[in-house]
Amino acid sequence: MTSADILLLALGAVAIGAAFRVVRTSHLVRAGLWLVVTLGAVAGVYLVLAAELVAWVQVLLYVGAVVVLLLFAVMLTRAPIGASADLDRPGWAGALVGGGAALGLGALFVDGYRWQKVGLPAPGTAEALGAQLFQHWVLPFEVLSVLLLAALVGAIVVSRPET
Amino acid sequence: MHPAIPYLTAAVLFGLGVYGVLTRRNAVLLLMAIELLLNAVNLVLVTADATVRAALPDSGQVFALFVIVLAAAEVGVGLALILALYRRRSSIAVDEIPLNEAENEDRSEEVNA
Repeated sequence: MTSADILLLALGAVAIGAAFRVVRTSHLVRAGLWLVVTLGAVAGVYLVLAAELVAWVQVLLYVGAVVVLLLFAVMLTRAPIGASADLDRPGWAGALVGGGAALGLGALFVDGYRWQKVGLPAPGTAEALGAQLFQHWVLPFEVLSVLLLAALVGAIVVSRPET
Repeated sequence: MHPAIPYLTAAVLFGLGVYGVLTRRNAVLLLMAIELLLNAVNLVLVTADATVRAALPDSGQVFALFVIVLAAAEVGVGLALILALYRRRSSIAVDEIPLNEAENEDRSEEVNA
């Protein structure tokens, strides 16, 4: 066990615990705040894995923008402040499928990697990632910009009041 | 670094996300569970990037960036849809959305009257 392993274990435990609260809590606003904890812990895992730029983009875009949008939606739909009793369906089927997915994927990964050790990669810089992005992945990048425009126009059209 | 640790974290996050998508009735909570799913996939991409020496370096991180941007677009459109649903029916419980046309028209006439 190296210090990287211990950090990964601790951050993973925080992410999983908070994610459990996200899908189980009966307070709408608290679910959003636990989501912040999960996303922050995942950003920490990215930092340990030397994916620096992805970690900061995660903090900026997910914790900064996505969670704010979700809390915005909670407020605009006039969600009750306290606990709500009717947020969940009976959960045994969901627990079965979700647990099955987690077990299956986990077995696949453990079977693929066992307990082997891999050296950590050199700290990734934004410069190296940007060079890759604009040398080999320019076309998907441009398609993504068109998709963002489409999503923007679509969101405006959908939320326009009917006349 | 043992790659099994982040991979297992991603698998459990994915399972929790599937559970949330299947059990939550509130559309906003459904979106939050979908964010968990996307994060699990991102975690797999970044971990694979750190463990597998690919022909193109950093491809996993580039894909993770693409997925994060897609998630932002998805939440924007999802929020617009949820608000349109709320305006029309004053409720965002996903299992109360009528799936056939006739029921929908009956209900909107009730609301208008």
